[in-house]
Amino acid sequence: MISITHLTKTFGKFKALDDVTLHFERGTTISLLGPNGSGKTTLIKSILGLVIPEKGSIIIDGDEIRSNVSYRSRIGYMPQIGRYPENMTIKQVIDMIKEMRKECTVYDNELINGFGLTAIQHKTMRSLSGGTRQKVSACLAFLFSPDIYILDEPTAGLDPLSSELLKEKIRKERAKGKLFLITSHVLSDLDDITSHIVYLQDGKVMFYNEVDELKRSTGENKLNKVIATIMQEDLLIDATY
Amino acid sequence: MLHTDMKTIVKYILLDLFKNKTILVYTFILAVLAVSVLSMSGNSSKGLLSLLNITLLFVPIISILFATIYFFNSMEFIELLLAQSVRRKTMILAEYCGVASALSIAYLLGVGLPSVLLNYSPASITLIFSGIFLTLIFTAIALLIFVVFKDKTKGIGAAIITALFFTLLFDGLLLSFIYSFSEYPIDKPLLGLISFNPVDLGRILVLLQLDVAVMMGYSGALFKEFMGSVIGSVYTLGCMSLWVLIPLAASVRKFKRKDL
Repeated sequence: MISITHLTKTFGKFKALDDVTLHFERGTTISLLGPNGSGKTTLIKSILGLVIPEKGSIIIDGDEIRSNVSYRSRIGYMPQIGRYPENMTIKQVIDMIKEMRKECTVYDNELINGFGLTAIQHKTMRSLSGGTRQKVSACLAFLFSPDIYILDEPTAGLDPLSSELLKEKIRKERAKGKLFLITSHVLSDLDDITSHIVYLQDGKVMFYNEVDELKRSTGENKLNKVIATIMQEDLLIDATY
Repeated sequence: MLHTDMKTIVKYILLDLFKNKTILVYTFILAVLAVSVLSMSGNSSKGLLSLLNITLLFVPIISILFATIYFFNSMEFIELLLAQSVRRKTMILAEYCGVASALSIAYLLGVGLPSVLLNYSPASITLIFSGIFLTLIFTAIALLIFVVFKDKTKGIGAAIITALFFTLLFDGLLLSFIYSFSEYPIDKPLLGLISFNPVDLGRILVLLQLDVAVMMGYSGALFKEFMGSVIGSVYTLGCMSLWVLIPLAASVRKFKRKDL
């Protein structure tokens, strides 16, 4: 579904992505892990066309993304920091995005209802807490039932209840054959929803593997234990394509 | 597609900006100043001159500062919209149109309305044109600053320096130029130099309509002498249009290849 080949991006002298080659399939939830500055956000932004890489290509369903922007309407993107024009209300933000995607007429309102945003839809974005803004971002990503979801730190600011709700929604959509790309620092949050792990360090893919296989080979059950074990033993498993 | 996306974004930016406190205060202060200046001075062209000075002082600095800050604060929002398959050119032009129209409407309500009601004359209309042009120009420069600088603090610094350069420093440099080359025929080079300052262009545009042009400094007199009112006005308007279009075109060009 998404094929990334030899992707390289430098900011000045800093190599944010260094010859990254990855292939993502439908019906999987892929966790992008790695320390700060390892290139997770750059990778996501490259897929969204927000960062323009020097080398390499990204192909989504057979189309090179640089040739056409319309592929983005099939991606639901939830940014890490949700900042919106201060005086817009929740309703205005949602209406605006709906107007931008006129071709879509069926909306997935499950999260809007689940988070109870309808009750506070006339509040301005300025008056909302970070967590509530995060909820708005999540709703926008799911609104058009896209094929690909890209979620940047989705659960970072959410309360446990909302976080559970979002994870439940992710599980449900994945079962429909959607692809999820998720970055997160809170590993325990991803434990039960991830199917594959991509571990980035200094812009390179250290490993890309199925969670079950990683668990088997390390003998650990918790995601953060798995990662810790791999890092300690420097046990690098070749990426499986 | 390009057109409808643009209209939608501009509409929502305006909805946001009409509730923006800075815009409201800006309109209010301009209105208070305009009404007091126009009703106080008995001589209508004197009142207009004061209003011109207020315009030249406030419009450039407020426009460039407000727009720069607003653009930088919209960064994440711009990213979100680009991820909805909005084209980059559409996005950046929509941001510009939204902010520029909000500031222009503020100026029209604050200065335009009082001067049309209290002191209607061709010179008043020219003043309104000049103020709107300055708004468009300095918002376009703000857009260029936003596209060039990655960091908000540096961007705001650049905006302040640019505004001060055009409102204060440029005239000082011009004076020292006139002073050091006073032995030579420098009238024509001087005309050329003035075209590089939009604030001076805005001043000249209004002065050409007033009888006091000769009294109001060297540049006004020069323009009147060399080109007369009509050609002088056309030339000034042409230069001001370029001052809008060139920063805008440069911003679009650079933004298309920018890493966000």
